[in-house]
Amino acid sequence: MSAPQVWRDAFAERAEALPGARLPWLARLRGQAIERFADEGWPTRRLEAWRHTPLALLGEQAFVAADGRAEVAAAVAQLRREAGDPEHWLVFVDGHHRPDLSTPGSLPQGCQVGSLAEALRQDAQGLEALMGSADEGSSPAALNLAFAADGAFVRIGSGVALEHPLHLVFVSATAEAATHVRNLVQAGANSVATIVEHHIGLADAQTLATIETRLALDRDARVTHLKLQRESEAGFHLARIDAQQAGGSVFDSHSLSFGARLARTDIETRFAGEGCEALFNGLYHADGRRHVDHHTRIDHALPRGTSREYYRGILDGAARGVFSGRILVAPGAVRTDAVQRTDNLLLSAQAEADARPELEIYAADVKCAHGATVGQLDEEALFYLRARGLDEAHARKLLTLAFAGEVLERIRDEALRRCAREILLARLPGEERMEESYA
Amino acid sequence: MSTATNSIDRFLERDYTAGFVTEVESDSLPKGLSEETIRQISARKGEPDFLLEWRLEAYRRWLEMSPPLWAQVKHPPIDYQDIVYYAAPKQKKDGPRSLDEVDPELLRTYEKLGVPLHERARLAGVVAVDAVFDSVSVGTTFQKQLAEHGVIFCSFSEAVREHPDLVRKYLGTVVPPSDNFYAALNSAVFSDGSFVYIPKGVRCPMELSTYFRINAKDTGQFERTLIIADEGATVSYLEGCTAPMRDENQLHAAVVELVALDDARIKYSTVQNWYPGDKDGKGGIYNFVTKRGDCRGPRSHISWTQVETGSAITWKYPSVILRGEDSVGEFHSVALTNHRQQADTGSKMIHLGRNTKSTIVSKGISAGHGSNTFRGLVQIGPRAQGARNFTQCDSLLIGERCAAHTFPTIEVRNPSAQVEHEATTSRIGEDQLFYAMQRGLSAEDAVSMIVSGFCKEVFKELPMEFAVEAQNLLGVSLEGSVG
Repeated sequence: MSAPQVWRDAFAERAEALPGARLPWLARLRGQAIERFADEGWPTRRLEAWRHTPLALLGEQAFVAADGRAEVAAAVAQLRREAGDPEHWLVFVDGHHRPDLSTPGSLPQGCQVGSLAEALRQDAQGLEALMGSADEGSSPAALNLAFAADGAFVRIGSGVALEHPLHLVFVSATAEAATHVRNLVQAGANSVATIVEHHIGLADAQTLATIETRLALDRDARVTHLKLQRESEAGFHLARIDAQQAGGSVFDSHSLSFGARLARTDIETRFAGEGCEALFNGLYHADGRRHVDHHTRIDHALPRGTSREYYRGILDGAARGVFSGRILVAPGAVRTDAVQRTDNLLLSAQAEADARPELEIYAADVKCAHGATVGQLDEEALFYLRARGLDEAHARKLLTLAFAGEVLERIRDEALRRCAREILLARLPGEERMEESYA
Repeated sequence: MSTATNSIDRFLERDYTAGFVTEVESDSLPKGLSEETIRQISARKGEPDFLLEWRLEAYRRWLEMSPPLWAQVKHPPIDYQDIVYYAAPKQKKDGPRSLDEVDPELLRTYEKLGVPLHERARLAGVVAVDAVFDSVSVGTTFQKQLAEHGVIFCSFSEAVREHPDLVRKYLGTVVPPSDNFYAALNSAVFSDGSFVYIPKGVRCPMELSTYFRINAKDTGQFERTLIIADEGATVSYLEGCTAPMRDENQLHAAVVELVALDDARIKYSTVQNWYPGDKDGKGGIYNFVTKRGDCRGPRSHISWTQVETGSAITWKYPSVILRGEDSVGEFHSVALTNHRQQADTGSKMIHLGRNTKSTIVSKGISAGHGSNTFRGLVQIGPRAQGARNFTQCDSLLIGERCAAHTFPTIEVRNPSAQVEHEATTSRIGEDQLFYAMQRGLSAEDAVSMIVSGFCKEVFKELPMEFAVEAQNLLGVSLEGSVG
């Protein structure tokens, strides 16, 4: 049986039980989405955007649906300690909200944080506009729309500032399970919020996670989004982050990708008003035979937008890292200022880095620049450190960390920055005792 | 700024000077393409069987292919049956035996284009010229002097007659017939072009050059150039092109193959000035060209330099396959699009050998409604230990409705490689203009100074004769754009 057919059958079986199944607009949307996926199947290498990332492995695999009741309390508690015991903590296991593991904390007036399933059951106002449509992104995004049963539903009222970051935790716990998560975030005018997504994998066997996070930023809103991906090494992770920015809004996206057998993250934002700003900051590390891919797109649709994009990759073993970033400047989007940089570090003979920094410009009064490099650790810097008594492994680790440091430095929240650095530290080969030399 | 803008406009309102038509009787095949057309072309040229077979095989492959759609260009579908695939100026039975026998009308055409074919009428710099008029070569100068050094420089048809072994050995080894849609079409119907062979250890005593001219109506030009530099040989080759102004689009699908053996150097320079169409994008040449060099031997060196100011649409990616150890590939390009011109151009550097090095410098200028795309690929293979690439592509925007895109791809499979890519896009700043004008320069001089400063890195790669021409062409081609 072909892949599309497997999923179409699964949809026919499960559609009735999905939250909000009785909402006509949602049923129609899900129907369109599964039709699109059935039509296109998994993306093949013939598609330009998937040329470097084959999903043939997923082929005709059938995944089970997990109920989200897996026992993960210990792992979640440990993660919580690592993250510095955050105030707002929402946990989803195998794509289902787990109130027993969550502590939303005390939220300011006008701020609403909950589960999407619950919001759908109540047919919360404005959901339809936030949900998205079946023709966005690639076919995995359509699969997500068809099956997504839960996720976070966040509303920050106008003028509200969320003091502490909101942590969303997604656990892939059950082997052979496919989970589909959809997060909807609405940030009112002048609001301020930081949202953190943790993705962790506990299953030893293959899992599939599709995640779509949609953010709508109203005028002058400031939203920071940080994604920390640590799926298990047998996990497939296909994520999409889609932001719409009204005039004067500021969107900072940080993507740190460390885990998964194959991780693909598409990040897009659209400047739907004048004077928007965006920061796309990313770091990825892969070893073994793992594959990590980021595709980003910043759409300067209107004048006076500013964007900064910095991605760095560290590739070891026989890993493959892909970065493809597009900056689009629409006709009339004058006074656009865009900078994009991607740098890759190859640490082994079999590693591969592919980079496609792209500029597509239809306006004249703009300033755009991009740069890309692929290289290895500087021999002279290594020599310098070794001359000062560091052994080779230690010196290499220190330089690698310094390379990553530039990306980590851009994470403004100190607790988050420290957490990210420690995760990276644990992943790099070499001895543990790094703290003093790093400080 | 408005007075400045007006004077820039006036300065830029110059015409396409190469747009005239030469009245010569031409001997052409009827429109249309079939195996029969190919057999006729081959028969007219008295080709050996292997070449006819090669053409037919390419044609069969072409029938199964579809035109590439990935380029950032728009044009109505091309009707390949509505093209004349062979047109030659009529000549006496055996063709001219020497330049003196070439139709004086043709000589006058080249004279008018600034390419004198009389050897005695040459300028101070010595340049040997192969003049290609529609589908055939009408004359090659300095053949005798070159032959003294063992250099073969002749039209492709002549090479097929006189040196079939060399042609057979190298034809299609760099750009195979099935490489892409337009290369396959070219392989099936190519009519003429230039052939160069530089023997071992010879430094070619003069610049070689080909001047391509499309004259006849409704014809397509499909020329094929093959340059072989044997061990330790050096050659510099120039190519220029023009066409009359017509309202219909004409197709130019050429293939250029370069082969550099051990320690050989090939420098290939192009000044492309095909008719770009009028202000509203009517007419002009579709320039769909496949150019590729193969650094086969160790320490070989291939360098492409191009100044692209003409053509309604340009689709070309001069590339270098760096096979030999320590071989070097270079690409220097200025591409200018004005009015409704579209250019999708760039380079591919395929690093296969150890310590191979490549440089890509691309300068794109968009004015009016022009669309200019840089598309590049730098690929480092697993065995390319110590490979190095540097790429820089800058875009200059003039006017509010133009477009400039940069689509590079970098694929690195060796950790000892170092690859760098830098790109910027900006407009001619009003502050720059103001600064220059404040120092007494007129607006037109200021624009021209900024543009030529922008292109300097590429122009310095051009041979003297071409550098001056390229500079002038930029002035002409910016016609009608807004500063």
